[in-house]
Amino acid sequence: MDAGIVSYGAYIPRYRIKPEEIGKVWGEDGAARGKGLGILAKSIPSPDEDVITISVEAARNALKRSGIDPQEIGAIYTGSESHPYAVKPTSTVVAEAIMAAPDMTAADYEFACKAGTAALQNVLGLVESGMIKYGVAIGADTSQGAPGDPLEYSASAGGAAYLVGKERVIAKINGMYSYTTDTPDFWRREGQPYPSHGGRFTGEPAYFRHVLTAAKKMMEKMGTKPEDYDYVVLHQPNGKFPRRAAKKLGFAPEQLEIGLLTPRIGNTYSGAVPLGLSAVLDISKPGDRILAVSFGSGAGSDAFDITVTDEMEKFERKRAPLVSEMVENEVFIDYAAYVKYRKKIRRKGE
Amino acid sequence: MNMPRFWREISGRYNLIGSRCGNCGEYFFPKRDICPKCHRKSMGKMESVKFSGTGKVISYSIVHDPHPAYSDMRPYVMAIIELDEGPKLTSQIVDCEPEDVHTGMRVKATFRKLAEDGKEGVIFYGYKFKPE
Ligand SMILES: [Zn+2]
Repeated sequence: MDAGIVSYGAYIPRYRIKPEEIGKVWGEDGAARGKGLGILAKSIPSPDEDVITISVEAARNALKRSGIDPQEIGAIYTGSESHPYAVKPTSTVVAEAIMAAPDMTAADYEFACKAGTAALQNVLGLVESGMIKYGVAIGADTSQGAPGDPLEYSASAGGAAYLVGKERVIAKINGMYSYTTDTPDFWRREGQPYPSHGGRFTGEPAYFRHVLTAAKKMMEKMGTKPEDYDYVVLHQPNGKFPRRAAKKLGFAPEQLEIGLLTPRIGNTYSGAVPLGLSAVLDISKPGDRILAVSFGSGAGSDAFDITVTDEMEKFERKRAPLVSEMVENEVFIDYAAYVKYRKKIRRKGE
Repeated sequence: MNMPRFWREISGRYNLIGSRCGNCGEYFFPKRDICPKCHRKSMGKMESVKFSGTGKVISYSIVHDPHPAYSDMRPYVMAIIELDEGPKLTSQIVDCEPEDVHTGMRVKATFRKLAEDGKEGVIFYGYKFKPE
């Protein structure tokens, strides 16, 4: 494939809450809960941040590093399950805010936590076919767990954007593979504020079956083995699942650690694999090979086999903040501030 | 916020697009059709410019008694910022504690939600500033 990643940018809000603080409110041992999930803290958007602002910041960071003329962007697709509007796209605001509008196409994607990688596949297809010169794919979320639900310990906020093109490609896409089934592991009905999940059903038949199958079939297709990769990035609904999946596939912990952000920032849903891959690209060198596998409930996995090119030597990463810098920029808040920020307090007139 | 007016101002609010007088070289924000110094001499010479988005705090105040729609962030900081190109504008300073804001502080533009027209209405986005 000639189409590949030309640039990328990430964004993580700076507020955090610890599992201890959440557990205290619900009469649970939050520290033990956090340990069980492999989560030390999760990110929270400020009251004036949402999927649109996160997507704009991530896309602007990608453009700062590339130096391309945004008017050459032919498509913007944003994947999320927490778009601020039910009807009115996130992507049109992004297009205007990065000065890519109006000679272009835009749409929003939805597929639980893999909407961002679905957007990336579509942009790669448009660029590869020659229909557009550059395209932007974004995965971002500001997900919510219902108060008192186990998801409240993990559902967090963040996102990353990918600029795709054929010239000055810093990361080449060697191949893609997707695995899709009808699995009711997690859902949210129209008009409902919080999602529902199938409890234990979310593990084996959903996450593990899809991630493991997609990873194995991707390697089969490419004729590769786990040791051929420098890094592996897996969807990370908590800190435990990706570690167990990586081990089952035969990857060493060192291959997984760089792209595993959930322990520090929680599950960023559609932002998870895009952010994990950004963390890897932040430190990778020419020749590094990366396997990235997303997972979206409902259910499906997208796998990408990626090789970092020599172009990475000239790439100006430092023009935008690194993922590690945004992970470190943390301000802890208590549960009261958290429910206010996440608009869970019902006010007069609401 | 008035929707048609906001919509007309999107280029300024999203991307800090202002003007530069082709006669005297002065920068303006928001956009102007005529330079207040050069008047007729600037006609047809006003160029659109995208500001770098960096600048410094000239003065500020900490808002303790905001409009109810802004109470989530109370207390927050409103500041007059001088862009590096010269023009001054008013903006909220985010991502820092009110006590850490000071005159001369370097800031940069960020993209945030400015307001929303109730639960069912449109959401307005645009620039705010944060420490550089
Ligand atoms: Zn003038």
